[in-house]
Amino acid sequence: MNAIEFILAGMLAAATPFLLAALGELVVERAGVLNLGVEGLMAFGAVLAFIIVHHGGGHLLGFVAAGLGSAVLSLIFAVIALGFRANQVATGLAIGILGQGLSALFGKTYESLTVKGLRKLALPWLSEIPVVGGLFIQDVVVWLSLAATFAIWAMFAYTKIGLVVRAIGENPKAAHAIGYSVITVRFAAVAFGGTMAGFAGAYAAVVYTPLWADGMIAGRGWIAIALVVFGTWLTGRIFLGACLFGAVSLMGLAAQATGLDVPSQVLASLPYLVTIIVLGVISADRRLLKLNGIASLGEPFER
Amino acid sequence: MTAPLLSLRGISKSYGQIRANQGIDLDVAPQSIHAILGENGAGKSTLMKLIYGVEQPDVGTVVWDGEPLSVASPAEARRKGIGMVFQHFSLFETLTVVENIQLVVPGRKADLTQRIRTLGRDFGLEVDPLAHVHPLSVGERQRVEIIRCLMTNPKLLILDEPTSVLPPQSVDKLFDTLRRLRDGGVSILFISHKLEEIRAICDRATILRGGRVTGHVDPREYDAHDLARMMIGRDMPEPMPALPQSGGEKRLEIIGLDYQPDDPFAVPLSDISLTVRAGEILGIAGISGNGQSELAALISGEAVLPREQRDRIYMMGKDVGRLDAAARRLLGFAFVPEDRHGRGAVPEMSLVLNSLLTAHPLNLIRHGLVNKTKATAFTNACILQYDVRTPGPEAEAGALSGGNLQKFIVGRETMLSPKLLFVAQPTWGVDIGAASAIRRRLITLRNEGMAILVISEELEELFELCDSIQVLHHGTLSPPLVTQATRPEEIGRYMIGAHTASQTADRKALP
Repeated sequence: MNAIEFILAGMLAAATPFLLAALGELVVERAGVLNLGVEGLMAFGAVLAFIIVHHGGGHLLGFVAAGLGSAVLSLIFAVIALGFRANQVATGLAIGILGQGLSALFGKTYESLTVKGLRKLALPWLSEIPVVGGLFIQDVVVWLSLAATFAIWAMFAYTKIGLVVRAIGENPKAAHAIGYSVITVRFAAVAFGGTMAGFAGAYAAVVYTPLWADGMIAGRGWIAIALVVFGTWLTGRIFLGACLFGAVSLMGLAAQATGLDVPSQVLASLPYLVTIIVLGVISADRRLLKLNGIASLGEPFER
Repeated sequence: MTAPLLSLRGISKSYGQIRANQGIDLDVAPQSIHAILGENGAGKSTLMKLIYGVEQPDVGTVVWDGEPLSVASPAEARRKGIGMVFQHFSLFETLTVVENIQLVVPGRKADLTQRIRTLGRDFGLEVDPLAHVHPLSVGERQRVEIIRCLMTNPKLLILDEPTSVLPPQSVDKLFDTLRRLRDGGVSILFISHKLEEIRAICDRATILRGGRVTGHVDPREYDAHDLARMMIGRDMPEPMPALPQSGGEKRLEIIGLDYQPDDPFAVPLSDISLTVRAGEILGIAGISGNGQSELAALISGEAVLPREQRDRIYMMGKDVGRLDAAARRLLGFAFVPEDRHGRGAVPEMSLVLNSLLTAHPLNLIRHGLVNKTKATAFTNACILQYDVRTPGPEAEAGALSGGNLQKFIVGRETMLSPKLLFVAQPTWGVDIGAASAIRRRLITLRNEGMAILVISEELEELFELCDSIQVLHHGTLSPPLVTQATRPEEIGRYMIGAHTASQTADRKALP
């Protein structure tokens, strides 16, 4: 297996934690809320899923618990930032730190333990194509993430609820004036974002690298937030961005496998460097950001 | 008289110390156009918010269609058959017309599109249902708002200052629509402070002053002068006469300016040329959103021209295209922005500190330290000279009423004795008394030889103030029109672009 095949085969799985968390944050931001606690929400979901899978609860229950747990944590954020109109940046950071702290606490006795991952499902015919065939051998969560990407795109493009979320993110006062409950929709969006972050953490902990280590999320939550901006709040671009990061994070491994003499620390830092560079490039085009940007992002709503 | 459709008795509403509405009685008859007349701050908007359920009254009763009513929310008001078109539109710019309507009216997109077209035909409200809102003109946006209301089949339609944003031609079209609606069985509450309009279209008028009703009249039986007296409680102040002047030196000159802003929602400017001379007031007319903010930012120095654009903007004979706002002020330029809170003044800071923002070159600062005595003296002088009603120089700017804060900002800028003064929207949201004081002051300064540039949406104001007027439309500026030889309708034609279109047609007709 050469480097290209290796990256193609692993890219989607590596992208899934980014993708799930970023899709959640996309909905949150489209509704006009900035939740910076994604990293902590992922870590919390990860530890819940790991504990349940480790004790034989199974992957499905693990994911459900991770989604629910992170949703509850994100609702604490919602109560403080939306209910009491606290500063969203500060609240998000605080909830993120809380999530990471809880994750470390619960995970202490599980350090370095492993669980079994998920079986990969191969698509007939497609998976037998040379070179790109690996793309079509993925576990069920990857396939579901792709479906979620499509569903969220369709929601914003075609459905009334998508329309309402976009309207509230652009002009909450006007949305209130025509009779929508801004706070209710924002609460729902935040809870959805929390659930998705929980799934993302669960995937990282019990499927992608089914081994518990404190701090295993390793900044992927932050990259997910950056992905939303650099996808300029468009579902398709966020998907492409997640794939890019998936591929970049595999490059380190691929490079080591080919015996390239580069320190592993440099390779491991590649995703973060790419984040900074791509964000810089995207932000240089102010038209793009203005056109798709969320007008009320991060501003508390007062009637 | 038939039983009223809507009847208010003893409605009061206070915000803290401010009593916005006190004991309001009001009856709206079925199939009538009923005016609510009053100055800014008289309580019109509060009253409408109470009727539409945005706010709840402290005391008082509302009877709707013969039954007691309490509206807890706008959604409930709409269910009962009350619709409202806001002064600042509540449309979503990144959505299309039909998507905006879909947010309020249930139904499939295709059906709604069809209904929008039908309504547009029946009531003269043509608009493309599939267009995005952000490029639409203000008149078109208003039509979208009205259509959105009509699709919920209201019995009462509230219009908050609907004509303040429209050129004269569109006002006639709107009135035609409103008459057709009334004949179709809808009552209309028409909020305005424009007397002639109310006399032209309304069957009844209720006049508010200081939160109280000061009269219920048939506006067609009174002339504008009487209505004005009821509205402001005294006679209208006389405008200040402008002395004839021969042209002085050029203080501001813009030659063939083109500008492509970064912001995709902003208006690009093309081939802008204007000249303001000493002792002259030039007015820029036009509906807002036609490039006013972009032009204002380029003149004030908040936006700087790209490096390759030189020799476009001159102040006091010097090329200032690449100078920032502070450098332009050093040349003798002063600026009153349209936005009082945040650009003209910092609402959370005291008047003394707000004085320092632009008046610091008048020795209010020594060795980098604020000279408190001098700054307070300056502020007091400004308060006194410009009749700013405030508890004192330490009052927070945000605590002043719009009119008083505007008088303060105009005062602060003119006390710098600039050679060139630029005022954007001098009397936006300012009560009549303060507005006329500000206009008189501007004319006095002109008579003393200052060069003044004014941007305004109010045609009457420009006709009172200006020696000549240029109209901004879609980022292009008309040639200067001498005010005394021009009628408002001509300006109106430029405002909707009809003038340039016909000229182009003429030119094309030539062989």
